[in-house]
Amino acid sequence: MEAQPSLSKSVRMNRAIVLAQQDEMSSDESVFVIGEDVGAAGGVFKATLGLLEEFGPERVCDTPISEMAFLGLGVGAAMSGMRPVVEIMFAEFLGVCLDQLVTEAALMCYLSAGAFNVPLTVRVSGGAGLGFGAQHSQTLETWLMSAPGLKVVVPSDPASAYGLLRASIRDNDPVVFLEPRALYATRGVVERSEAAIVPLGQAAHKSRGDTVTLVGLGSTVSTCIEAAQIVGSRVADVIDLQTLKPWDVETVEASVNRTGALVIVEESPFTGGWGTDVASRISSLCWPNLRGPVARVACPDTAVPFNHTLEQEFLPSVAKVLAAIEAVDRGQPYRSHRPANV
Amino acid sequence: MERLYRMMEIRCLEETVQELFDSGAVLGTTHLAQGQEAVAVALASVLEPTDPVSCTYRGHAMGVALGLDPGSILAEILGRASGCAGGLGGSMHLVGDHVGLLPTSAIVGAGIPIASGFAFAAMMRGTRQVAVAVFGDGATNIGAFHETMNVASVWRLPMMFLCENNLYGEYTRIDRTTPIEDIAVRAASYSMESEIVDGQDIDDLMAVFERNVERIRAGGGPVFIEAKTYRYSGHSRSDAGEYRPEGELDIWLERDPISIALGRLITQNALDDGDVARLWERARSAVGEARGFALSSPEPEPSEMFRHLYAGLG
Repeated sequence: MEAQPSLSKSVRMNRAIVLAQQDEMSSDESVFVIGEDVGAAGGVFKATLGLLEEFGPERVCDTPISEMAFLGLGVGAAMSGMRPVVEIMFAEFLGVCLDQLVTEAALMCYLSAGAFNVPLTVRVSGGAGLGFGAQHSQTLETWLMSAPGLKVVVPSDPASAYGLLRASIRDNDPVVFLEPRALYATRGVVERSEAAIVPLGQAAHKSRGDTVTLVGLGSTVSTCIEAAQIVGSRVADVIDLQTLKPWDVETVEASVNRTGALVIVEESPFTGGWGTDVASRISSLCWPNLRGPVARVACPDTAVPFNHTLEQEFLPSVAKVLAAIEAVDRGQPYRSHRPANV
Repeated sequence: MERLYRMMEIRCLEETVQELFDSGAVLGTTHLAQGQEAVAVALASVLEPTDPVSCTYRGHAMGVALGLDPGSILAEILGRASGCAGGLGGSMHLVGDHVGLLPTSAIVGAGIPIASGFAFAAMMRGTRQVAVAVFGDGATNIGAFHETMNVASVWRLPMMFLCENNLYGEYTRIDRTTPIEDIAVRAASYSMESEIVDGQDIDDLMAVFERNVERIRAGGGPVFIEAKTYRYSGHSRSDAGEYRPEGELDIWLERDPISIALGRLITQNALDDGDVARLWERARSAVGEARGFALSSPEPEPSEMFRHLYAGLG
């Protein structure tokens, strides 16, 4: 497999994730990949395809079905100075090894007064829309949002997947890289170079406008972009947070101070979803300039249904975002009535 | 004799920690290891400072044995800035990267997979380091233990699983929670070698550790060692251990590791009573000095709560 650093081409997001790991593994011997089916099978979502052939079984390891053990192994290897990339197949499996992530990895630097740090990257597939059912469809940033010592990153397209994953691997702290499963097959142009690395903690503008700010993350960014195109140019400022923890407060604050209206679009529960943090902080920071209450287009407080129609209804949509934009533009609260009164 | 002294120093330190808690000088909890000194000292004697050791919240003995300064341990327990974790960890969270002590964890079994990560890294780098996971009998019932035993065996990781079987998982005796008497039999189900050793006899421990550490260093794969031992105190500070059967403590006091080592050295004429008294005096004095240092150390600044949350900020 040749590396062509200056070539930009259109690739699928899962391929972009392969390229990011490939490029980091080529430039840093301490990077290795472990997880279930990541080696011989190239990953159940083909996000590690070809890595075993290129880097060998010592750096690409198929693990037993033992999340506590192999995530913990990643923690230890990171503490010893390596840069493990641990793949957790479905976000819900984090529940099996949450201790190693939130109570151990995230706290090792703090509890050692900086003597140890944990340059660990945990790649996780999450999100609904593909009919995987209630136990294989959550995004689960909620489990991670308040964990001191952790970072959380969510790409929205192949370019950000490539750039953010490389940055996550290079980061010296534990990063959970939540990959929106529904986007693995979407295409986008990726430039394979160091210049394409996207720094953590920085949001990106996807479009510029003066009337309303739309904040999205991962799977909802394209929804925001589509809604922005419908309401017309120069109307909506679309911001892709890219990093969720810590998120780029300054960029959102500056935008909302200008537009006076905020719609948060999140594939996370109405209760406790990441939008609650954005809404709370921005409401306070931008108070004099807000024309009305902050709107959140979120998922209802229930489990993801398998039925396709219901699953689509469960998720944020362009229609819901347009309704929210309309409400905030009138200075009114946004309340959706379907499927639940959120 | 240095090993005997080290065990005495640990005993004095644990007594001092008990006294500090009883006097109200320290909040929270602590887990003491009187009676288990020989295991810690023997292991430390055999390991290099570059061999990483993960240990439980009952970690003061291992800390002292590996070479952590008693003053930094007591300062940590007192929450002072000069503590080994800057006063932000407390009794359950000792650390000493210069002597190979990984941050001790309050979660039963959590250190076991972490030790395997160090072993994996050693294997990848070809360093001949041996990683040691130290844990109690109770931890052998938790999922992380079983998963790591399996992974370590199938990947032939260079690590030692060291079980200090002190007969109690928290407040409950092992026969109520575990269907086997010798934990070491579990190793066979993971196709792993194992050995059982008398945890009160420092010479037996030295021999077993030396043999197995060398074997692991040479690429012989992981080994499970069960040390039969006992803790004199309760599980934690608030536990007087009244659930113990009558007479059990007395039986184990007859097998005190310090007495056994002393007795042997006296029989060999390597020590006389005067030497013994001097060793105890030296230990008491060293711990007393550490106690004074800790009590007079300043508290950390509030900003320290944020300083090491991320490596980037440090």
